[in-house]
Amino acid sequence: MSFLDVLYFIIPSAIFYAAPLILVAIGGVFSERSGVVNIGLEGLMVIGAFVGILFNLLYADTFGAATPWISLIAAMVAALLLSLLHAVASISFRADQVVSGVAINLLAIALSLYLVKRIFDKGQTDFITERFSRYNVPFLSDIPVIGPLFFTSVYNTSFFAIAIAFVAWFIIYKTPFGLRLRAVGEHPMAADTMGINVTRMRYIAVMISGALAGIGGAIYAQTITNDFGHATINGQGFMALAAMIFGKWHPLGAMGAALFFGFAQSLSIVGSSIPYIQEIPNVFLLILPYVLTIFALAGFIGRANAPLANGKPYIKGQR
Amino acid sequence: MSNRATNLLVPIISVILGLLVGAVIMLVSGYSPVEGYAALWNGIFGDMYTIGETIRQITPYLLAGLAVAFAFRSGLFNIGVEGQLIVGWFAAAYVGVAVELPKIIHLPLAIIAAAVAGALWGFVPGLLKAKFHVHEVIVTIMMNYIALHVTNALIRTVSDGGDRTESIFASASLRSEFLENLTEFSRLHFGIIIALVMVGVMWFILEKTTLGFELKAVGFNQNASQYAGMNVNKNIILAMVISGAFAGLGGAMEALGTFEYVSSKGGFTGIGFDGIAVALLGMNTPLGVIFGATLFGSLKYGALNMPNAAGIPIEIVEIVIAVIIFFVASGYIIRLLLLRASAKKKEAK
Repeated sequence: MSFLDVLYFIIPSAIFYAAPLILVAIGGVFSERSGVVNIGLEGLMVIGAFVGILFNLLYADTFGAATPWISLIAAMVAALLLSLLHAVASISFRADQVVSGVAINLLAIALSLYLVKRIFDKGQTDFITERFSRYNVPFLSDIPVIGPLFFTSVYNTSFFAIAIAFVAWFIIYKTPFGLRLRAVGEHPMAADTMGINVTRMRYIAVMISGALAGIGGAIYAQTITNDFGHATINGQGFMALAAMIFGKWHPLGAMGAALFFGFAQSLSIVGSSIPYIQEIPNVFLLILPYVLTIFALAGFIGRANAPLANGKPYIKGQR
Repeated sequence: MSNRATNLLVPIISVILGLLVGAVIMLVSGYSPVEGYAALWNGIFGDMYTIGETIRQITPYLLAGLAVAFAFRSGLFNIGVEGQLIVGWFAAAYVGVAVELPKIIHLPLAIIAAAVAGALWGFVPGLLKAKFHVHEVIVTIMMNYIALHVTNALIRTVSDGGDRTESIFASASLRSEFLENLTEFSRLHFGIIIALVMVGVMWFILEKTTLGFELKAVGFNQNASQYAGMNVNKNIILAMVISGAFAGLGGAMEALGTFEYVSSKGGFTGIGFDGIAVALLGMNTPLGVIFGATLFGSLKYGALNMPNAAGIPIEIVEIVIAVIIFFVASGYIIRLLLLRASAKKKEAK
């Protein structure tokens, strides 16, 4: 196998694994930039995956080939509603945001498994019939090297995820809304003094993170597992959280980190059939994203600073 | 209403609300909450066997709760209890399998190995927090996954590609014939005694030693502690190490008592995360942890009876636990409502 063949093999699979991570990590960027820590990403992804699969199974006959896309919307709405719970607790009720996030994670997996057992009477759902399918992008896939790398047997969802990353960058850095979002996360009191409604901004940010995490979860379930059970998401949300930090709370950085983690994940899965890589024990590839995140935080790979007011509830009038 | 009374009321109200939400969910999804909770009750207190198993379930919850609570008292949030517990589990099982020694040496050795492994896993985030000011929450989450994958790989190596180790030698086991006979052959083991002793140890460290005083001071205000001449960095690392050791002991309970082996895992045990709930509900006090661990351990074990006796998925109990955490975390709003209620009463007078 030549080097290029290896790349043709591994790059598409890396992008494929990265797509859900990108979306969820971007969601995390929105939430944390506004000053709300969102450990609940994992749970929001779980709900997204569950609702996505459920909707797909129920309405595959009605919507036909469009089902996976409409399922994304259903998943988005469900995760957005769940994220409201996190928003209410951590913004209005001044709860410890990490604890509330942990509760969201526990609640999401328990609630979805409870409903799976209630509806299907077994531990996991049936397999979906309408799924996202791979295709070759016309013309672009004929370009040498770049074609087979990026435009052959791809999912539309991957392009969607990358597009969202750029949109998020534009919103956060180039619009008044983004400026306010960042201000609220860095110094809420100053922002409040300038007439920005801190509570409202934070609610919106958490809801955006819920929506994106829901879509990410549904994409993961509808491209990679195709059913829903207790191990469907299994840490992807935390991986996205890691990508967000590794990307230094920047949308494009998060996208880059998610692509890299997708690469590591796909290596750990397809690596056994690639020369040299198969010599490396699998465990090193499995723990690579987590170890890198710790290094990134420790400042070995440039300094990673969280938004200043991240994790602190804003209490009016308190200095 | 006094501050102390409100502090006690918040967890109690949260538990009641959690159970109510559970009942509503059962009702809405077409099950009978009365049957469900009856099955839960019988699953906990049904006979001597279930009582024995319930106490066995409470054992690791006690230690996981202590681990989270101890870190909390020093101002640290240890989400890594899960990972520390997993490495402790592996270390204890490994020592239990690898050598055969007289019980008096073997058993303590296996238990200490678990504590050391857990402490080591807690040391890393502690060190990073102290030296680089890295937030411990993220590091411990990452350490959880590293623990999961590394122990799985080690189990595969130790067992020559298998999914689990051999069963440990009897000389390293915590099982007790006396307790088994007492409880109709449940898996109740001596670990519960170790766990309760550790509750005492945590109380002693926090309330009766200089170290405990410093740890609590650092938890309240790092700057003030620094100014008073305490070594804040040392205390942060120590707090994580001790917390990790408690968690590692929780793993030893599973390795040496309940299962007597370690198997590779597809996901987390959940005990570590439930430890957060235990500590929160117990307001991070040793006595509170006993209360929290008893409640959540009982709920977790009793839930196993619900599918058979009432046809209700066990996840309902997980939902209840999540809701309880949610309400305890939102204690501010419960306090506010309590305050309003008592103010109104005063007006009425």
